[in-house]
Amino acid sequence: MQRLFRALIVPVLILLVWEISSRTGFLTIEYLSRPSDILRAGLGALLDGSLLLATWQTFEAAFFGLFIAIVIGILTGTILGLSLTAERVAGPTIEALRPIPAVAFIPLSLLLFGFGLPMEGAVVAYACVWPILIATIGAVRGIEPRLLEVARVLELSFATRLRKIILPAALSRINVGVRVAVGFALVVAVTVEIIVNPRGLGYSLILAQQSLRVDLMYAQLLWLCIVGYAINALLRTVRMSQPSAFTGGRV
Amino acid sequence: MKRQAIVLNVSAALFALGLLAIWQALAEMRVISPVFFPAPSRAISELVERLADGSAYPPILATCTRMLFGWLCASILGVVLGAVIGSSRIGRDYLEPMLEFVRPLPASAIIPVAILFLGLTNQMSVAVIAFGAIWPVLLSSVYGFSSIQGRLQEVSAVLGLSRIEYLRKIAIPSAMPDILSGIRVSLAISLILAVVTEMQASLPGIGRDIFMAQRSFRSVDLYGGLIVLGVIGFTVNYALVAFEKRVLRWRNPYS
Repeated sequence: MQRLFRALIVPVLILLVWEISSRTGFLTIEYLSRPSDILRAGLGALLDGSLLLATWQTFEAAFFGLFIAIVIGILTGTILGLSLTAERVAGPTIEALRPIPAVAFIPLSLLLFGFGLPMEGAVVAYACVWPILIATIGAVRGIEPRLLEVARVLELSFATRLRKIILPAALSRINVGVRVAVGFALVVAVTVEIIVNPRGLGYSLILAQQSLRVDLMYAQLLWLCIVGYAINALLRTVRMSQPSAFTGGRV
Repeated sequence: MKRQAIVLNVSAALFALGLLAIWQALAEMRVISPVFFPAPSRAISELVERLADGSAYPPILATCTRMLFGWLCASILGVVLGAVIGSSRIGRDYLEPMLEFVRPLPASAIIPVAILFLGLTNQMSVAVIAFGAIWPVLLSSVYGFSSIQGRLQEVSAVLGLSRIEYLRKIAIPSAMPDILSGIRVSLAISLILAVVTEMQASLPGIGRDIFMAQRSFRSVDLYGGLIVLGVIGFTVNYALVAFEKRVLRWRNPYS
């Protein structure tokens, strides 16, 4: 209770001072809306469904890209994690591609796919694949070697080995990479929408700014904070840190 | 052993060259459209030409300046704020929840706000970069300053160190590893946001150049810009890793 009070006191004070000073005419900056107006605009957008539609469009693209990144990242990561030679051979190529900022691919992606879901998903996938790939390589390399020997003795096919041994044993560590990627996905999706793609939260933010609906713009910023905070909180609760039987109690 | 390493390095180079060769062959056989995937040889020769006649340098310089300015602002502000919040219980209790709330906001989302206040200017770009890049430094230095070992604080109390001496001799060195790792993440974010603001506000730099290249279907220049950005990202990261190793030499004296 006391912690909640301490957490809220500073932001509430800031908002109060802001509201009062703009009502008394002490603070007249035309680009700074009033907290009460922002709240009203936010509630309006929430009730008429436009905010939820934009949020859904952003999430759609973010998860589309994330899904591609997970498939590519885990498959490639497993191959590179199983064979040290493969990693040494492909490593420098990966290290050369990784530092290119994902946003730099926005023009290329636009050229290839045009506006819409696929171009946004492609940029998100590029940003998200690296943490997953690197976590997977580490996770697969950390698998108890005896488990892989068992798989070899049982002459399991690659698909069965992947399904029955490698993925269950490596999943808890791959999960760390996926969690990082989820955070990236939302940020990159909003960025793509702000720069070019006419859909989702980023675009409605730019639209509000260009039509000087300042209150709506701040309301959408606040909504982005809430969405981001909720996702972070969700990720914290689903943290799968319980030791799996395969790692012998080690995580 | 050594021979094996050479074989591996050669095959790594061959792997990268092989990928490029496949691309080149496909482009020359017109299997993939040269509008989207021009032959890599064309992209590279165009880039070399632009480096030779000097027209490639101004955008590179502009982007790097932007990135470094924003990053410096973020680092200085982040470390100072982090020290204040991290070394006092009151600061942590009252301010950290608010920061945790604002942190997940995508930095690019404040571009519209920054444009309203600062216009399509360099200040806008630096402000956005500083806002986005401050979080890693801030959070890691809050962590660094708040996790100083209790015994070190007792030592400084016993020795009667003043507040400034405590900061200089104990707090900062102890928080340094955390701060440096945060600063490295910040630099990567700075480069990203420099490119983003250049695209959004048409400020001179590599970001605007690749955007313009796309609009006029000059995909050769687009790939040239991508290569340059990759090189910048790699170089600054490598430089900071080297710096980190040098500054933190005292941590592993046996290496």
